[in-house]
Amino acid sequence: MRFGVVVFPGTWSDRDCGWVVEHVLGEELRYLWHKDRDLAGVDCVILPGGFSYGDYLRAGAIARFSPVMESVREFADGGGLVWGICNGFQILCEAGLLPGALVRNAGSEFRCQWSHLVCDDAGSAFSNRLSRGQVIRVPISHGEGNYQADPATLSRIEQGGQVVFRYCDETGRLADGANPNGSAHHIAGIRNERGNVLGMMPHPERCAEPELGGTDGRLLFESALHAARERVPA
Amino acid sequence: MNVAVPSDEKLREVALTRAEYHSIVDQLGREPNDLELGMFGVLWSEHCSYKTSRPLLRRFPSGGERVLQGPGENAGVVDIGYGLAVAFKVESHNHPSAIEPYQGAATGVGGILRDVIAMGARPVALLDSLRFGPLPGSRRHLEGVVAGVGGYGNCMGIPTVGGEIYFDESYRGNPLVNAMCVGIVRQDQLKRAGTGRSGDSLILAGAPAGRDGIHAASFASLELDGSSEQRRPAVQVGNPFMEKCLLEACQEALDLEGVRAVQDLGAAGLTSAVAECAAKAEAGASIEIDRVPRRERGMTPYEVMLSESQERMLLIVEPGWEERVGAVFDRWDLEAVRIGSITGDGRLQIVERGVDVAAVPVRVLADGAPLRHPVSRAPEPAPTPSAPEPAEDAGATLVRLLGGPNLCSRRPVFRRYDHMVGNATLLPPGGDAAVLRVAGTPAALAMTIDGNGRYCRLDPLIGAEIAVCEAARNIVATGATPLAVTDCLNFGNPDRPEVFWQLERAVDGISRACEALGLPVVSGNVSLYNESEQGAIDPTPVIGMVGLLEDASRRVPQALQAEGDFVLLVGENAGGLEGSELAAREYGVQTGRPPVLDLLKEQAVQDLVLQASRQGLLRSAHDVAEGGLLVALAECCIWSGIGVRCSALQADGEVRQDAVFFGEAQSRFIVSATSHGLPELQSLARGLKVDLTLLGLAGGDRVEFDGQLSVPLSELRTAWDRGLEADA
Repeated sequence: MRFGVVVFPGTWSDRDCGWVVEHVLGEELRYLWHKDRDLAGVDCVILPGGFSYGDYLRAGAIARFSPVMESVREFADGGGLVWGICNGFQILCEAGLLPGALVRNAGSEFRCQWSHLVCDDAGSAFSNRLSRGQVIRVPISHGEGNYQADPATLSRIEQGGQVVFRYCDETGRLADGANPNGSAHHIAGIRNERGNVLGMMPHPERCAEPELGGTDGRLLFESALHAARERVPA
Repeated sequence: MNVAVPSDEKLREVALTRAEYHSIVDQLGREPNDLELGMFGVLWSEHCSYKTSRPLLRRFPSGGERVLQGPGENAGVVDIGYGLAVAFKVESHNHPSAIEPYQGAATGVGGILRDVIAMGARPVALLDSLRFGPLPGSRRHLEGVVAGVGGYGNCMGIPTVGGEIYFDESYRGNPLVNAMCVGIVRQDQLKRAGTGRSGDSLILAGAPAGRDGIHAASFASLELDGSSEQRRPAVQVGNPFMEKCLLEACQEALDLEGVRAVQDLGAAGLTSAVAECAAKAEAGASIEIDRVPRRERGMTPYEVMLSESQERMLLIVEPGWEERVGAVFDRWDLEAVRIGSITGDGRLQIVERGVDVAAVPVRVLADGAPLRHPVSRAPEPAPTPSAPEPAEDAGATLVRLLGGPNLCSRRPVFRRYDHMVGNATLLPPGGDAAVLRVAGTPAALAMTIDGNGRYCRLDPLIGAEIAVCEAARNIVATGATPLAVTDCLNFGNPDRPEVFWQLERAVDGISRACEALGLPVVSGNVSLYNESEQGAIDPTPVIGMVGLLEDASRRVPQALQAEGDFVLLVGENAGGLEGSELAAREYGVQTGRPPVLDLLKEQAVQDLVLQASRQGLLRSAHDVAEGGLLVALAECCIWSGIGVRCSALQADGEVRQDAVFFGEAQSRFIVSATSHGLPELQSLARGLKVDLTLLGLAGGDRVEFDGQLSVPLSELRTAWDRGLEADA
C-alpha cells in the first residue's frame, strides 16, 4: 500500500508518520508537497501534525487553500482514504471535509501527555481493527484541540455514529478529569458520513512501537491497510 | 595621536570603556566612525568576545578521541559511531528573559537551535535550565518563560526532553534561562564556519532585518537596573514558524556541494556572523548593505549591521551555486539574497551605494578586544552555622520536602512541552536524564542539564565539581556512558573581586571534575553581569551533558520495576546537612560547607553502575541528589506506584539521623535488582571497593523504615504532584 504524507511549511509530524509507514509497517511512502496537485497515486493521504503556515490565523486556516488540498478534496470525494492527525484534523475541519472546529484548549495550556481513547465506531477506514468500546492509549500534543460544533452538528454526528474516538479514563469511562482539552462530548476524533475521512487530535504515529511506550497506534495504521485492501477502486 | 574620546554616554551606549576605545584607535591607527564603533561595541562585549572569561576557559580539558569539534565553533561535536556525530551547546538568555519572559525564553531557544543547525546538524532535542526567585512572586516569570520555551520548541517540532527548575532568593531580580540543543549530524556533512575562501558568496537567508535587538549583546553585558525596562526594544521577537522553514531549507541546502558553511545570526547579528566567518577563514568580507532585506523603512547601515532580528542564517557559497541555493529557499518561501562576498584583504568592508561606510581589519574586530584581568578575592568566610535541632518526624519532613518547589514534580511544566515529537524519546523528561534513540542504529543518546547554585555559593570549586558529577550521574543512571560537556557560566559582575574569584574557582572545579571523569568541554557560553538592585546571583555554572548508550535496549529506568526486587544504596551513607535542601528549607540555614566530594570515589561509584547496567544487573537506577536518600527513594516509588519496606537505617558514629535521611552526601545512587542479580552486583561492588547497602524490598503502598517512618505513597504522591501549584 502507498501512503502519502502531506508536507506544509510548518508541518512536523511528517517524518514520524513516514517513519511508521516505512520502518514499522514496511509500506510504500511518498511525501506530498503542499504546492503540488499530484497525489502520486497514493492509497491513503495523511495530513500530519504541526503548525502549518505557523497557525498564525487559526490552526489549519491557511493550509486549506493550498493546491494539494484541492486534490485531497477530490480524492476524498472519490472515496479515497484521508487521515488528519492533530493539525491535519484542524485542516480537515477548516476545509469543510469534516464538521466542527478545534479551538484553544480549555485551560488554554498546551498539553503533551498520554491519553486514553474509547473507540465509539469501529466502522471507519481507520478503526476497523478495533472493536466498539475498546480503550486505547495514545499521546496528545496540542494547544488547540478542543473540539466544538453547534448543537445541530453535534447531534447529527452523534446520531450518524461519526464520533470515532472519545477521551476517557483507563477503564473507558468519560470521566471529567479524562477530557484533556475540554472537547464537546469528549470528542477526540470524528469521521465523515462515508467513513473514508478521519480527523483526530491524538498522535497514533507516536505509539506504534513498544519502546516508545505503546503500540495501540499501530491498530489504526493496520485499519487503513485493511480498508485500502477492501476498497473497490471508484 | 590626539584622540577625541566620545562622551561617556556614547561609550555606555556601546558598552565600551575608555581604555577599550583607546585600544581600538591604536589598532586601527585612526578613530572609528559611528558604525565601526557600534560594531566594536557588540563584538567586544563580554557576550561575544569573552574578554574576561577567555583566559579562564583555556583551563578546560577540551580534547579527546571522540571530539570532532571543540570550543570556538557554533556547537561542540562528538563522534557517536555509525558515521554520525552529536552536536550540542547550551546558551543563556538571562537578561532578555528578565525583561520580557516569553520572548526572551522563546528567542533563547531559537538561538541555540540555529547554533546546532549551523554545524549541519538536525536538532533532535532541547533542554532548559531555569532559575527564578521564590514563588509566588516569580509566578509571572515562570509562566512566561515556560510558555516561551514551549511556544518555540513546540512549533518547531523539536522535543523538549529535559531540564531543571530551581527557586532561590538570589535569582529574584535576575532569573536564569539557559537553553541547550542537541543535534545529530552525518560526519561527512559537518560544517564549520571557517571554510570560506576569497570570492565565495555570502547569502543571507530568512527574515528581513528590523530594528529589534539592537545592542542586545551589549545589554547582556550590563547589570540589570531600573533603566533595564527601557531596554525592552533590545529584546528580540521570535517567529518559530519561520525558523522551522529555515531549518528545513538549510538541511536541503547543505546537501548541495557548493554550500561550504552556514553561520547563524545570533548575538550581534550580521556583524558577528560575517566577522566570525571571515576571521575563522583568515580572510575578509565585503557587504553591500543595500542588499540586506529589511522590514522597516529608513534603517541606517548601523541599524542593519547591529539588528538582532531572529531567524536568519548566513550561507557561504562557492561561486556559481548561488542560484541553486536560492531555489531551495524559494521553495520554502524564504528570501535568500547575496549580500556580499568573502575577500582576500582581511578587512570587513561595508559598502552603501558604492561608498565604503566602514572598513576595519576583521582580526581586530573579532579578536582584538583586550583581555581583562579583574582582581580576584575570596570573600570573608561565613560563620559556621550552629547545628539545628533535628526535626522529629522524618515522614512529615519527607512529605514537606517532596512538596517543596525545588523537589516537587515538574510534570505541570513538561507536559506543556512536546517531548515526544521525533519518535525517539525512550525515557521522557522527569527522571535523571532523557534517553533518545538514534534512528538507524542500535544506539541511544542520554542527555541532561544540571547546576546547583547553593553549593556553588558555599564553595564555587566544590559546587562546580558537584555539578559536573551530578550531571554525569544523571547520564550513568540510564546506563549511558558520559561523552562530553557543554557549560553555561552564569555569574555576577566580574569586576567585583568576589565574583571574579567565584568564576575562577568554578572554572577550576569544572576542569578538575571533567579531568577526573575523562570528559571534554566541547562548547559553552558565559553569562556575566547577572545582577540586579539586590546584588549578584549565586554563582551558577550549569552543566549540559550528553552520553552514549551503545545498546538502547540496555537503558535503565529510574522507577522501581516489580514488587520483591531488592532496593539498594550505592555509595556511602555518610555526611552532614550543610548545603542541603533540608537545612535551607526546614531549618533556614543557608551557610556552611557544601557536601564533600571525592572524585576517585565518584569514578568508582559511576563505574559500578555502568558495569552493572551493561551486565543487565540493574532493574532501576536513580541518583541521590537534592533532598538526599529519602527523597530519591520516594521518587523511585512515586514513579512506579510501588512502595518499599526497609529495615531501620541507623546513623554511624557522629552522623545525625536527619543527615542519614536527608543529607546530600555525594556519589550515591538508589538501585534495584532481582534476587538473581544481587550476588553478582555485590561481588562487582566488592571488586570496585564501592559501598553497597541493602535498604529493603520493593512492595506495598508505603515508604517504610522499620520503627522510623511509614508514609503512604498516596500522600507522598499528592504532595509531590501539587508542589509547583502551591504558592509556597
